[in-house]
Amino acid sequence: MNHEQKTPSVSETVISTAGLVRNFGHTQAVKGISFSVAEGEVFGFLGPNGAGKTTTISMLCTLLAPSAGEATVAGFDIRSKRTEVRRSIGLVFQDPTLDEYLTAIQNLRFHAYAYGVPKRVRDERIYELLNLMELWDRRNSSVREFSGGMKRRLEIARGLLHHPRILFLDEPTLGLDPQTRHRIWKYVLDLRRRESLTIFLTTHYMDEAENCDRIAIIDKGEIVALDRPEALKDSLGGDVVTLRVEDGKGAVAELFARYELSASIEGGGVCFKLPGAEEFLPGLMRSFSCEILGVTVRRPTLDDVFLSLTGHSIRDDRPATGQQLRRYLNTPGMKSQLN
Amino acid sequence: MAGLLLRQSLRGIWVIAYRELLRFARERSRLASTLGMPIIFMVVFSEGLKRQIGALAVGVDFVKFMYPGIIAMSVFINAIFSGLSVVWDREIGFLKEVLVSPLNRSGVVLGKALGASVIALFQALVMLALAPLFGVPLSLRIVLELIPIVIVLAFSLAGFGLLIGSRMRSQQGFQVLVQMVVFPLTFLAGVFFPVNNVPRWMEIVSKLNPLTYGVDAIRRIFLVGEISATGQNSGHSIIGVTVFGHTTTTIEDVALVGLLGAALLIGAIFSFNRHT
Ligand SMILES: Nc1ncnc2c1ncn2[C@@H]1O[C@H](COP(=O)(O)OP(=O)(O)O)[C@@H](O)[C@H]1O
Ligand SMILES: [Mg+2]
Repeated sequence: MNHEQKTPSVSETVISTAGLVRNFGHTQAVKGISFSVAEGEVFGFLGPNGAGKTTTISMLCTLLAPSAGEATVAGFDIRSKRTEVRRSIGLVFQDPTLDEYLTAIQNLRFHAYAYGVPKRVRDERIYELLNLMELWDRRNSSVREFSGGMKRRLEIARGLLHHPRILFLDEPTLGLDPQTRHRIWKYVLDLRRRESLTIFLTTHYMDEAENCDRIAIIDKGEIVALDRPEALKDSLGGDVVTLRVEDGKGAVAELFARYELSASIEGGGVCFKLPGAEEFLPGLMRSFSCEILGVTVRRPTLDDVFLSLTGHSIRDDRPATGQQLRRYLNTPGMKSQLN
Repeated sequence: MAGLLLRQSLRGIWVIAYRELLRFARERSRLASTLGMPIIFMVVFSEGLKRQIGALAVGVDFVKFMYPGIIAMSVFINAIFSGLSVVWDREIGFLKEVLVSPLNRSGVVLGKALGASVIALFQALVMLALAPLFGVPLSLRIVLELIPIVIVLAFSLAGFGLLIGSRMRSQQGFQVLVQMVVFPLTFLAGVFFPVNNVPRWMEIVSKLNPLTYGVDAIRRIFLVGEISATGQNSGHSIIGVTVFGHTTTTIEDVALVGLLGAALLIGAIFSFNRHT
């Protein structure tokens, strides 16, 4: 992926916001955020629950009026050109919005009618999208009978039906199992390739944010960082490399002398930070005079980035299910019941 | 520009109404209860009370009196359920799909009202088809008069339902309201008894109740021929609502309900715009 082409330039900006604010009573859910998204970009909002992601999407999609600030979507002001904005966007909400009593195809037809999709395009487009989402065989089933993943795929198909310029996905994989999440991502990335589509999505999964061209890290209603995922991780000083060597002190000296790397001895290994370590290491191995017994490279994760920017982990509020279960099992009384 | 806006509104109305009808057709339990309830009312009440009550006026027995009332009642209930449909859409999230689409809000409200009115009319026509079973004579005149009057009543009651539905967040809330307000008003609208011949307090409540005029409008269609043929007992007329000595005509009945309904519908559009 060539990221350089995807940074926004003035001519092809499809979303731009300036100082967008939303208050709910006394709480400020979104505290004046500004960013812009370029045409064709996959742009992600990464942040914990309650960070203000849904509130921001709701404002951009004209469902919620901003308390202050400006924004344009597809070139239209979100306050004064609401109908034009609505016509230009597709939206998959965090919570399901299908009519479960209707069949898959009835839900799609309703959408096509509501957006005035011409008849000759409509049926072809429905066929194409249901095929892409692998739902064509189930087109006449009630949505009630669908699994969570199928519903989400149907909603994505519906969001694309009217050829929007921008697709908004609010936590598109929330509550889905890893396999289904993976599949949804395959569709999303496929789509971006096929159609000149801009995708704006929110997530609180680190691994998903990696798929975005650029991400804005949002915490407590504010954007704390905005860049390509790789650049964000590099900003922490690069990959953490640990060399296992016979002569630790010699290695530290040689690293400094030849590469100006300041390494330290930690836990029996020689550690240093370096951006793009994978390209650097083969050369080092060929010419290093100390014998290298082993190498580990750990890339910083976006969680490391989030932690260093905000002082807390994205998942603070919500321990992983494994941890929760373990905690549960450790409570007195639980063990004896299990035994 | 104005043309585009109009097209947009019209599309909204029919898309929303289309879904309303699709839902009605697919939800078998709703279809069954919509059709079953009035029939049960008819059979139970008319069979149960026929001997006790007999003729209310010359040539008009209780069944013939109650039958138009039941039609009116089912029109009211169906129309008011348009409001429940909005609350339901809000609960299942589907309302967001509608709100983020380019359809304008007024079209959505009118579409819900249209959908509910078509369902109400469908129900009235089913009841009409069953008329011979209850010994109620039918004529082309009755059918032709009933259709427009049902449509006016249905739109009016839909206005009421939608005004409430645009503010309510839970289905239970709406159900409670129907039970506490709509059912009593329906019973006090003279579905089961002539409002001109009840205790004073009930007469006052009934005559203040707009639904009474709706019931009367429908009842007149069926009974006007029979009563004029036999000569009317002017003291306790079983058709027409007598207010301060003036007995209303069909036109007055329909105009009263229709104007009130138009106001409610406009109120519903404003309320829906404000609360979404
Ligand atoms: N309708 C609302 N009324 C009051 N507070 C709200 C409302 N919607 C969101 N909030 C608050 O705004 C903050 C941001 O919420 P949200 O945008 O949903 O976060 P996210 O989508 O990132 O999880 C939260 O503190 C939430 O409680
Ligand atoms: Mg959210």
